[in-house]
Amino acid sequence: MAENSNKKMNVSEHPLVELTHVEKHFGSLHVLKDINLQVNKGEVLVVVGPSGSGKSTMCRTINRLETIDSGTIRINGKNLPEEGKGLALLRAEVGMVFQSFNLFANKTILENVTLAPMKVRHMSQQDAERQAMDLLSRVGVASQANKMPSQLSGGQQQRVAIARALAMQPQVMLFDEPTSALDPEMVNEVLDVMVELAQEGMTMICVTHEMGFARKAADRIVFMADGQILEQDTPDEFFENPKTDRAKDFLSKILTH
Amino acid sequence: MDFMSLFSEYNIPGAFLVNIEITVWSALFSFIIGVVLVMMRISPISSLQTIAKCYVELFKNMPLTIIMVFMVLGAYAQLKLSFSDNFDMNFFWLAITGLSLYTAAFVCESLRSGINTVPLGQAEAARALGLDFWQSASEIILPQALRGSVAPLGNTLIALLKNSTVAAAASVATETSSLMSEMIEYHADLIIPIFLIFAFGYVILIIPIGMITTYLSNKLAVRR
Repeated sequence: MAENSNKKMNVSEHPLVELTHVEKHFGSLHVLKDINLQVNKGEVLVVVGPSGSGKSTMCRTINRLETIDSGTIRINGKNLPEEGKGLALLRAEVGMVFQSFNLFANKTILENVTLAPMKVRHMSQQDAERQAMDLLSRVGVASQANKMPSQLSGGQQQRVAIARALAMQPQVMLFDEPTSALDPEMVNEVLDVMVELAQEGMTMICVTHEMGFARKAADRIVFMADGQILEQDTPDEFFENPKTDRAKDFLSKILTH
Repeated sequence: MDFMSLFSEYNIPGAFLVNIEITVWSALFSFIIGVVLVMMRISPISSLQTIAKCYVELFKNMPLTIIMVFMVLGAYAQLKLSFSDNFDMNFFWLAITGLSLYTAAFVCESLRSGINTVPLGQAEAARALGLDFWQSASEIILPQALRGSVAPLGNTLIALLKNSTVAAAASVATETSSLMSEMIEYHADLIIPIFLIFAFGYVILIIPIGMITTYLSNKLAVRR
């Protein structure tokens, strides 16, 4: 694809996101084992694997919603700060979309999208609202701008959550099972927005069970099981020729119907 | 001496007004201190958490009468804490200080129960967007926590209004329980009616607070 080769030309000297020898335990449970991962600018990574394989945890370490025991995480060549102002500023560069949407329940849809640009980026209210309305139209919920989150359907809420993350103009977007909490008929409206975003060249790390999306939008599939990355390959290679038994087993279970 | 003349001989509404004044001021100050305490408790700085926790445990578990007596005999007589040259005004504000310090512990606990109604995802989303602790707390967590803690805060206010009678222990002579003692002293034959006047006075004051609390708690509930 022409698009893919374009993306490869964008590769700068260091990857946008880089995890090196990352280890994490939850008590006695070893959830991340020697995770090494590089994501280049413009790349769309889809992380798949069975439940409890550490996919979400890995995703959440990238903006330090989960701390790590050892190893390093670099964003744009810089080490992830441990806390304080530096961490807040770095988080602003990393957009995150959660499984349960997490729209601010005490704010309108518009306020959800304008809050962080105004507070963190010190954007004027006028500019923030203009940008928010642009983003809300892009994800197709502009008409709901003055409603409260609870008045929207799950699919609409998740699209607002994507707009809210995009409002910070992040360098990379993390999606932590963004469609898992949705009714089936609302899954596609969210995936469509994500596909569009991928086509526009946004760097994305998506934890998802949507294999159709993975085939369509991913540049690379990362397969995790038991806290380890077992395979990394193009979607075609991964789905047609999985190398490990765990991946074969996983694919046979999800691709039967 | 008949029952009705008690009302002309003594300024009973005036005494209630003193308790209401004490309650309003104490509610205001204890709310401010309580918000500060709960922010300390949820802050990422562990020394602030510890200070707030110690404060709450100390004041929550100490009898109010002891605090009020200390305000007069300790804070005023020994430590020379004085609000006014006017004796009555001074005791009035000492009582408010004691009540505010005491009630703040309960305000903090009420707010904390409200914070527990806010899903963790709200704070995570705020942090993920780059908001710092203060911004997340003031924009997202506390506004939702407040709306989730209307009921316990209402109960705290009710307790505060009743506790305002302990101001007698801080030598506030014009409030209801002091007036009640005085009336009983001079009209021992009317002990039961006098008692009922004050008991019902408080019931009448407090029932609407309970009703408003229930109404607000439903109306302000955060829809998720």
